[in-house]
Amino acid sequence: MQTQEEIKQLEAIIQETLDEAKKQGASSATAGLSVDTGLSVNVRLGDVDTIEHHTAQGLGVTVYFGQKKASASSTNLSAKSIKETVSAACSIARYTSEDKYAGLPDADRLATEFKDLDLYHPWQLEADSAVELAVQCEDSAREFDEISNSEGASVDTFSGLHVFGNSLGFLHGYATTRHSISCSVLGERDGNMERDYWYSVARNQQDLEDVAQIGKKAAERTIKRLGARHLSTRKAPVLYSAEVAGGLIGSLLGAISGSSLYRKSSFLLDSLETQLFPEFIQIYEQPHLLGALGSAMYDAEGIATQAHDIIKDGVLKTYLLSTYTARKLQMQSTGHAGGVHNLCVQSGEQDFTQLLQTMNTGLLVTELMGQGVNPVTGDYSRGASGFWVENGIIQYPVEEITIAGNLKDMFQHIVAVGNDIDTRGNVRMGSVLIEEMAIAGE
Amino acid sequence: MLENTRLQQAKQALLVPTGLQESDIHRVMDQLVSGAMDDGDIYIQSSHFESWVLEDGIIKEGSHSIEQGAGVRAVSGEKTGFAYSDKIELEVLLAATKNVRAIARQGQSEKIAIASNTSHYPQLYDPLNPLKSLKDQEKVDFLRRTDVLTRQLDTRIEQVIISMVGVQEHILIANIGGSLAGDVRPLVRMNVSVIVEENGEREQGSMGGGVRSDYSYFLDEDKAMSYAKEAVRLALVNLDAIPAPAGTMPVVLGSGWPGILLHEAIGHGLEGDFNRKGTSAFSDRIGDKVASSLCTIVDNGTLEGRRGSLSIDDEGTPTQCTTLIENGILKSYMQDKLNARLMGVQSTGNGRRESYAHTPMPRMTNTYMLAGESDPEEIIASVKNGLYAKNFSGGQVDITSGKFVFSASEAYLIENGKITQAVKGATLIGNGPEVMTQISMVGNDLELDSGVGTCGKEGQSVPVGVGQPTLKIDSLTVGGTQV
Repeated sequence: MQTQEEIKQLEAIIQETLDEAKKQGASSATAGLSVDTGLSVNVRLGDVDTIEHHTAQGLGVTVYFGQKKASASSTNLSAKSIKETVSAACSIARYTSEDKYAGLPDADRLATEFKDLDLYHPWQLEADSAVELAVQCEDSAREFDEISNSEGASVDTFSGLHVFGNSLGFLHGYATTRHSISCSVLGERDGNMERDYWYSVARNQQDLEDVAQIGKKAAERTIKRLGARHLSTRKAPVLYSAEVAGGLIGSLLGAISGSSLYRKSSFLLDSLETQLFPEFIQIYEQPHLLGALGSAMYDAEGIATQAHDIIKDGVLKTYLLSTYTARKLQMQSTGHAGGVHNLCVQSGEQDFTQLLQTMNTGLLVTELMGQGVNPVTGDYSRGASGFWVENGIIQYPVEEITIAGNLKDMFQHIVAVGNDIDTRGNVRMGSVLIEEMAIAGE
Repeated sequence: MLENTRLQQAKQALLVPTGLQESDIHRVMDQLVSGAMDDGDIYIQSSHFESWVLEDGIIKEGSHSIEQGAGVRAVSGEKTGFAYSDKIELEVLLAATKNVRAIARQGQSEKIAIASNTSHYPQLYDPLNPLKSLKDQEKVDFLRRTDVLTRQLDTRIEQVIISMVGVQEHILIANIGGSLAGDVRPLVRMNVSVIVEENGEREQGSMGGGVRSDYSYFLDEDKAMSYAKEAVRLALVNLDAIPAPAGTMPVVLGSGWPGILLHEAIGHGLEGDFNRKGTSAFSDRIGDKVASSLCTIVDNGTLEGRRGSLSIDDEGTPTQCTTLIENGILKSYMQDKLNARLMGVQSTGNGRRESYAHTPMPRMTNTYMLAGESDPEEIIASVKNGLYAKNFSGGQVDITSGKFVFSASEAYLIENGKITQAVKGATLIGNGPEVMTQISMVGNDLELDSGVGTCGKEGQSVPVGVGQPTLKIDSLTVGGTQV
């Protein structure tokens, strides 16, 4: 296979880089290399807007001189550039400090099993066909009467080769693909415009949602937002729709990651084995799911990934640690250098409609804006838009409000997780109902 | 001539090491824009970047990176074809050209002459190499010294993180008609973050600054320590802060960095691409009154040495000071070449791109409101009950609906015309066009930010500046927890 040969060539470059580091005096080193190629097509109002061809590559090297660390990177993979990149790193290492926690992972933690995770499905897509698909997608959105304008529809396909190695003898490469189709359209009513979008993303183009469906959903989502009202300031239950619920879990992941913990910049210090969520909440990681967007056999340091319970019966079972952060905390790496791989929040029995009924009267949030999360205190206040719900039925769209609370408190007061799972990201979960939050409006 | 010096330096840095001749660039250009093309360019760039991080009292990380490559763009009507490569080689550029010309088949377009005046423009920064402006030993000594002095500021300081980043970019732009433009762009930034702890409560504070110059900027006038003091002050203020109120109230915004409100609420909505497409809340509103008469807002890329400034934009057009809103009347959008041509106006020198691997689009440079006449104290005194938002951590806007959000990192209650209790967790949300009509007082204390802004749009980040005087908004929604 041609791809295998290319990976072999890249592995040779990594080996050359590691050898060069050794030659220049580094006591240990790691090196990583990615080569990405792709095509992005955007059409707008039925005609081509942009056609972009991507080809990007990058080599990164980290060297250790004893406990001193430095890194360098370059987009140039020539032999001369490799030497210069290694030399840049080695020269910086003369000035960084001894850090007793710095260094490579323990050799016995490195991945030795390299299962094919079904991540590589190239899409032989010519620009003309991509344009055709995007036009179809946008057309199906523009068919709706209230759709007045469009930001366009896009078709993207990317292939990447990734190779990683270290001076403990780890050297491995693999190929991935990622394809996506998206559509974003505008609607207008009474002089006010609203915009919304929909997208589909997959490793295999056959798993992408139908283009016409994507366009249709983008249009329907936009139209539903027209005629949005304001709300008065109040407290009410809040239902995070599946596509925004992942952000809540993202805040959890940030707070239990080693770098936040050892810096004491987390609202979840010393929370291991404590009850962070109600007992029915289960959050686990499935790094080896076939064809999934977050799947990987090893983390950013080459440590073997494994299935983890992160939250079991509401209790925090593990932090997310790299070799360095683990050593700082006198613990063991959990294989989370670079983050989690396919996090799943277990669903309850209720579908989305049932969740609306459980909430009865409250706010359904479908979009969040701004960065209003304080990672040190867990204070949370973000801009939101969505729908006001009464007696389990959506009444009208709402906008220009904020929802606020403290994440610790919000986690404790999750009432239900729906089975309407969004699988498009690294966090797979359904909609989440929170008992009560402060809503600021008029 | 100075501009020729920059061009010579860019050629020296980009063409000599790669063996590419100027005649090669002309050859690629000829192929690129023949036939049905309206415009096209070749953008060759190299970027040398370094960063140093001090944490736990030690120099924990240092890194260096080199990015270089070329982007080739062809434009036909509203269509853009684009390809880039990390290799600056003739064969690669020719292959890229072939790829991007495919868009010409997608339709024919009328030829429209493009006027571009690139002959005379001032140089706004020296062609410095920040990476070489101090010896590495001096850089780490400086960080260590700053750390020691920062820790002496208060006994409640638990953690200090100091970072220092420097970049030098060389840029060469070949435009249609054969003209070449070059630039050498230095940029440095420094940041001090602290975590303080008292009685088990922790808070963070962060302050930084930057400029298109070299590291000497931080050593002069003790800039680094002024960041440290401000970071500590912010963290301590928040230790004593109570939860923010929720609801609609008068809001006074501090001078300087809170100008991010203008950037989000107004700036993005005035970028040419959104207005050409009719997707902005400000589309087709030139000449309309869109803000209170007290408001005059400019985008000024020509301020010497500032983070958001550029001698020429990434299409080779000299930057300018564009009046966006004058006494409340919408005067102009910000344009790159493509959108200017399609809207029948001139580029305003706002065509920017993150790198050779990205296409240009209209972006802000330094965007700020001019000073008004009110004394800041008089503005506070005019509010019976409201919020004084002195500092912000960041914001976001939906340019279609006009909705914006931003988070206050330092805010106080105003009670009976006086600043009283510090509050935390205040998020402000509003509608850009609406909020601009609600500005009832503008201070005489215009201040620009310290040089830390980075703006993201469609996945591309570029350095920008913001600024404003103290100003009063009669009614804005504050999203706290105290309902």
